[in-house]
Amino acid sequence: MKVQRFALASMLVCFLATVAASQQKSVASKNSNGNYDYTELSKAPNKFLSKPNPMATDPQAATAGKVLFEEHCGECHGDDALGTKRAPSLRAPEVQDASPGAIYWILSNGIVRKRMPVWSKLPEPQRWQLVSFIKSLGTEQGGVPAPAHQNN
Amino acid sequence: MLISDSSLLKSHRFTLPSAWLCALFAFVLLTCGSTTPAQENPYIVAYDHNLEEPGSLEVEYFSTFGTQRGGPNFHAFWGEFEYGATAWWTTEVYLDGQTTYGDSTLFTGYRWENRIRPLKNEHFINPVLYVEYENINGADKILKEVEGHDVESDYAEPNSVLRKETVRELELKLILSSNYKGWNFTENTIATKNLSNQPWEFGYAMAASRPLALKGATHKCTVCAQRFVAGVEMYGGLGDRYSFGLHNTSQYLAPEVAWNLPSGWTLRLAPSFGLNGNSHQLLLRWGVSYEVSGFGRMVASLFQGHP
Repeated sequence: MKVQRFALASMLVCFLATVAASQQKSVASKNSNGNYDYTELSKAPNKFLSKPNPMATDPQAATAGKVLFEEHCGECHGDDALGTKRAPSLRAPEVQDASPGAIYWILSNGIVRKRMPVWSKLPEPQRWQLVSFIKSLGTEQGGVPAPAHQNN
Repeated sequence: MLISDSSLLKSHRFTLPSAWLCALFAFVLLTCGSTTPAQENPYIVAYDHNLEEPGSLEVEYFSTFGTQRGGPNFHAFWGEFEYGATAWWTTEVYLDGQTTYGDSTLFTGYRWENRIRPLKNEHFINPVLYVEYENINGADKILKEVEGHDVESDYAEPNSVLRKETVRELELKLILSSNYKGWNFTENTIATKNLSNQPWEFGYAMAASRPLALKGATHKCTVCAQRFVAGVEMYGGLGDRYSFGLHNTSQYLAPEVAWNLPSGWTLRLAPSFGLNGNSHQLLLRWGVSYEVSGFGRMVASLFQGHP
């Protein structure tokens, strides 16, 4: 019984050490200048770059996307999408100028080596609703989000 | 069934681990701040390729009520602490226990599993490698997976007999999972090696599920179709290295549903029905889980002195 308890305690210590160690690379998506690296957006395959947002004509897509964003993305990117220590601003020109398909591709594939989760577990329509919301935000300089249906 | 005084004493003594489990559960929930709503599939036995978000801890409690021919029914339970170490690696600790009615309640062991996504991008079929070490005793009845020639009669012995068997196993799984038009399809191939010179045993689990609505609502909702995921899973043993196949194995089919609440809780219900005479007639499973984001940062600040 003592051996069993020792093994269990050792395993829990290993588990906590793993948790702590894994956090040391929590800002891995920054480049060598300490800025966030948006180059992953340019890696989207052509078939995604040219993919139109099927929710572009849905006036409620960005509103629904906002709810999804607050639930799944706000924790890291901030509820205002201006970024936090853990994840970049989504109002940056690199994101706002990217095609909807490129953002959809990042959502679907994540950037698993840089701690961006894969969101393919959200159904496709919800990922496109998120794209609609992100594209409706406008840049940081712009401040006020554009109407949802104009910027999809 | 007659119960001796000593087994009654053991019964009371061994409720301690379940109290510890509850205390650990409560500690994690009380000390960790923010939560994120989960988007979980309803699977209890099968795994898909969706890993835990980095830095998030999912605390889970599951119960299985099982019918037993030739012995008393049982209630097996386990706690899971599932942590997203990175976006491609999820690690998880299980603590198992069970109550056999008219017999006793006991802690039956622990497991440590790891799931790794080897491919960077999403594909039509997404492989995940699964490695688990189990240190349990023969009284473990959670039936989290069925492999080899596991059959109902194996569980009919009294706990005092079953717990004498020590099981140290290495379990490997190849998880192949696809998302297609809102559906998730997954197939798990299981290979288990008891480290005490037993032959390799094999098993499988396959499952499909779909949210009841694919579009997100325009307002925060608790009881709306997008929050419910319905599915079905089938699992069973495939014999061992010397007698591969369905002969003398148990097989189960389970319709299931998950309810992902916006508060971070997920509830699951999955009655499993035995498909042949070697299977338990009913394994009624349910589970509750809670997603805690920022757990990694909290632990890191304990070790490093800064968040």
